[in-house]
Amino acid sequence: MAGKPILHYFDGRGRMECVRWLLAAAGVEFEEKFLKTKEDLEKLRKDGVLMFQQVPMVEMDGMKLVQTKAILNYIAAKHNLYGKDIKERAIIDMYSEGLLDLNELVLYYPYLSPEEKDKSLAQIKEKARNRYFPAFEKVLKGHGQDYLVGNRLSKADVHLLELLYHMEELDSGILANFPLLKALKTRLSNLPTMKKFLQPGSQMKPLEDAKCVTMVKAIFS
Amino acid sequence: MAEKPVLHYFNARGRMECIRWLLSAVGVEFEEKFITSPEDLEKLKNDGSLLFQHVPMVEMDGMKLVQTRAILNYIAAKHNLCGKDLEERALIDMYAEGIADLCEMIMQLPLSPPDQRDAKIALTKDRTKNRYLPAFENVLKSHRQDYLVGNKLSRADIHLVELLYYIEELDSSLLATFPLLKALKIRISNLPNVKKFLQPGSQRKPPTDEKTIEAGRKIFKF
Repeated sequence: MAGKPILHYFDGRGRMECVRWLLAAAGVEFEEKFLKTKEDLEKLRKDGVLMFQQVPMVEMDGMKLVQTKAILNYIAAKHNLYGKDIKERAIIDMYSEGLLDLNELVLYYPYLSPEEKDKSLAQIKEKARNRYFPAFEKVLKGHGQDYLVGNRLSKADVHLLELLYHMEELDSGILANFPLLKALKTRLSNLPTMKKFLQPGSQMKPLEDAKCVTMVKAIFS
Repeated sequence: MAEKPVLHYFNARGRMECIRWLLSAVGVEFEEKFITSPEDLEKLKNDGSLLFQHVPMVEMDGMKLVQTRAILNYIAAKHNLCGKDLEERALIDMYAEGIADLCEMIMQLPLSPPDQRDAKIALTKDRTKNRYLPAFENVLKSHRQDYLVGNKLSRADIHLVELLYYIEELDSSLLATFPLLKALKIRISNLPNVKKFLQPGSQRKPPTDEKTIEAGRKIFKF
């Protein structure tokens, strides 16, 4: 029997959180080895297990995969979250890439100075409300289906769900004008695997607090 | 007969060049509609052709695809450049992502503020020589095959060779201690489609100069 995937990262969201969400959505149990200090990162580098000296790294199926998108694509393909053919895959990739672009701003937010935070939050809100959310609301309106692509759960839905939760933490009213996105959020949150992951005690990580930010900055200094 | 893909971007490398390389490598002829003014970009936005109001956008096979990686993934999958199974694909993706990271660093250099430029160039050269080139040299060393993955041409080889040309433009001495990468560059450059693309008169774009940056700033307002 194959071992569980092992996630190498710090105990916080960062660039690994989308991987945790996707594994959880696919119903795949995973272990985590947390980096706590700079020395922990140096050890992984010295062991030669980080192809580009960076984390995230996920040990799975005999591979030591780095690069978040490579990891996400593999999990999605393996667990049928990537559409039924290459055209559906292209649409899923297009949606996922847009979502991950916006998520890039969101994941950096805790690490910014108070001044930078204000600027970033304004940018996040503007992009979400004027660019990304309207695009996805339109997609859902266009086909009237329960999922973004092909009437079936895909990685795009999972990335969107994660983003909606994280954005609501920063701006509770952000979904006000997007009824179909709100409905999608409720529907996806009730899928058995997502429901479980959304409960306290799961491996879902909270928004990084000051203590976590200090630790992370020290690891990557 | 299927129509040629149509690439929407401005007349520069930017985020479209890797797509031009990949299409050329698989022998797919393509057309380009160049954005030359802010009005051109507005028109595309108003037409509803740009899902997230961004270019690159490629019209192909009835789709208006945006997001560089989505476009590259589609072309690669359609033309069998993604390996033979999920594991090979994962390796190819991992390599492609690392290559894209370094490409991004190099691409951003002309855009960095003058007072930061020297430091950024130094960092880019350091990463090239001490992180990325060794990683790929080691891959080739580990199996001694002609291609990065599965003994067969994949998108990773094309992306890597494109990057090697940019590294050479930045500082040709950086490649000096990487014999297997140098050999890969020659081998891939000699593939008929790539050879054709590398010749003058192809759709390959020249290095980005000040004039091009200014044009980009006007169009994209940055």
